[in-house]
Amino acid sequence: MASFSAATVPQNLTFSSSNKLSFSLPPSSSSSSHFLSFPTSQPTLTTRLITSHQTPRAHAPPSASAAESSTSSFHGLCYVVGDNIDTDQIIPAEYLTLVPSNPDEYQKLGSYALIGLPASYPARFVQPGETKTKYSVLIAGANFGCGSSREHAPVALGASGAAAVVAESYARIFFRNSVATGEVYPLESEGRLCEECSTGDVVTIELAESRLINHTTGKEYSLKPIGDAGPVIEAGGIFAYARKTGMIPTR
Amino acid sequence: MAFTCSPFITCKKDLCFFSFHDHSASFIITDEKCKKTTSKKIVSVVSPHKNKRNPSSAAGSRKTPMTVTEKILAGASEKSEVKAGENAWVNVDVLMINDITCPGVSATFKKEFGNTAKVWDREKIVVIPDHYIFTNDERAHRNVDTARDFCTEQDIKYFYDIQDRTNFRANPDYKGVCHIALAQEGHCRPGEVLLGTDSHTTSAGAFGQFATGVGNTDAAFILGTGKILLKVPPTLRFVLDGEMPNYLLAKDLILDIIGEISMSGATYKTMEFVGTTIESLSMEERMTLCNMVVEAGGKNGIVAADQKTYQYLEDKTSAPFEPVYSDEKARFLAQYRFDVSKMEPLVAKPHSPDNRALARECSNVKIDRVYIGSCTGGKTEDFMAAAKVFLASGKTVKVPTFLVPATQKVWMDLYTLEVPGSGGKTCSQIFEEAGCDTPASPSCAACMGGPKDTYGRLNEPKVCVSTTNRNFPGRMGHKEGQVYLASPYTAAASALTGFVTDPRKFF
Repeated sequence: MASFSAATVPQNLTFSSSNKLSFSLPPSSSSSSHFLSFPTSQPTLTTRLITSHQTPRAHAPPSASAAESSTSSFHGLCYVVGDNIDTDQIIPAEYLTLVPSNPDEYQKLGSYALIGLPASYPARFVQPGETKTKYSVLIAGANFGCGSSREHAPVALGASGAAAVVAESYARIFFRNSVATGEVYPLESEGRLCEECSTGDVVTIELAESRLINHTTGKEYSLKPIGDAGPVIEAGGIFAYARKTGMIPTR
Repeated sequence: MAFTCSPFITCKKDLCFFSFHDHSASFIITDEKCKKTTSKKIVSVVSPHKNKRNPSSAAGSRKTPMTVTEKILAGASEKSEVKAGENAWVNVDVLMINDITCPGVSATFKKEFGNTAKVWDREKIVVIPDHYIFTNDERAHRNVDTARDFCTEQDIKYFYDIQDRTNFRANPDYKGVCHIALAQEGHCRPGEVLLGTDSHTTSAGAFGQFATGVGNTDAAFILGTGKILLKVPPTLRFVLDGEMPNYLLAKDLILDIIGEISMSGATYKTMEFVGTTIESLSMEERMTLCNMVVEAGGKNGIVAADQKTYQYLEDKTSAPFEPVYSDEKARFLAQYRFDVSKMEPLVAKPHSPDNRALARECSNVKIDRVYIGSCTGGKTEDFMAAAKVFLASGKTVKVPTFLVPATQKVWMDLYTLEVPGSGGKTCSQIFEEAGCDTPASPSCAACMGGPKDTYGRLNEPKVCVSTTNRNFPGRMGHKEGQVYLASPYTAAASALTGFVTDPRKFF
């Protein structure tokens, strides 16, 4: 699986030069080897499609190696939501018939990201008629992504072009799905950024420094270290991580 | 009857671990502050089935006391012990996939393991169409077709298919709502690890197993390997003691708990339910309890297996299983005690499951409809409970009352089982006399809205009392719909008055 930072990024997102993030890997699993034999396909060269947002992330070919360098920062407009934003608000149930592995439907899912938010949110996350959002970073309160386990939720956010979510806290299935798919980077803030930032503020996230800078207000905030999910995100999702740690054979 | 709201909850919420002195096979709780001592011992059941687990995981050979969840995960990861917070590769006993997730799961499976890859074990996967079935939505039909193709290709043993949507009874394999089907078909067994592509997979914890929901990618990984990387959760213990009043159901208990600890009160944690009240609950009631742990953020819910569990399973499975129990000195993150005899019927008001309120304090809320269904409140006993209220009242409903049995079996029960005290009437007869809608085709239906033509869907901003599990904005369809979560008793009582109503009115 390609690392999360490739492919669908909005045009206003810029990257600083990538540094390899150093996460310490957990000790390798001590379970007995349970290698499965799969037909091995030709590893394809992954091109970092940093400026293009044509290729849907879900369709990106898997990383040939884990030695790729990773993103170290996100920059762009932020969109702010409150507490307990459940997955029905992120992607209402009526859209779950869209299958993410189909490129057209993947794009469509992106266009519906956060369409379930009530009318009290004046700005739409994705404008009617558009498939991509102009916001790079979603800032949220507590318990983001609660409710249903639908993986369509982080997929819709990723497909819309959002790069990262910065929430006060997450519901576990949403967090897990974000990590497993690599669709959005799930960061945790120290404190309630949803009260400090407003939709439309320009922000930068420096991953290596666990820092968020709000250029509009001039304030900076610490982010929590990614923790155990780090190695999985770093590897590029659960499959890449499993290959890296020898749980399943490399392709 | 006078009901005071005296504090009946004591909570030890220390953040440090403390040990809970208890016998592993009984729930005798000694607490100086607690007036009543408790329970009859749970029979330490000798399972007639063979021990199929690795002997090194059996109780007694471990050094550190563990909770039941820790024990199950230790056994499943082939370790002698695990600690809360530890990551482990866990063997999966059963993987459940439903119709809306199967296409995504199988696509990821093929992408990652290859187009000709085979699933790890064709007998450990259960594919259950249930979410978007009785609809004209072509893409919903496509989901089931895709699932069928995949199951055929992989020779999946358990695929509860439906092809004739005009008549669910013409489909011998079709079951209905996945979590109820899993239980009724004997796929839920004590001591095992069951994962499903649906958040309410936690329902199966009622069988003394580890059960939780996962997304498509995790499920695809399990399909290929039979394993998943899990972080061992710490356990919150909920002690419910006291005789269950006749106007309360498990739904009231869990609404109270969620209201008490909030929607994120159990995030990443196990919710373990013990106490005399829990012991008195039927299996279906235990499923209702465990079903909604996810609404508190819980990773899994669990009720220890006992005689009731074995009786339920007797005619459903002959697979061997080994029940597991929390150790005497297992450590819990926190313990909450509830005196059930003092509880009252509750609702969760719009728009969150922790927005707890007494039903009797919402009696001025005019409603537009009642919905009785879903994995949470659409089981046979849920309908029996509703029928009891209609019977006691003898009147007809004031608002459209939608009934959606969870599975084919439940539907059959509505038409065949006699309601006690009714002089031989079935639920369906009582519902008809009360003016409810005819019980609909079994599926998830409007619990989560679904395609626009879904039966019972809120297509307008109406007020609905529902036996379902969530009431976030737009959950049942319309963004401005107002959903009050309630027990089947409360739902039926509300249907009879046209307002949110405490069921004691009819008892």
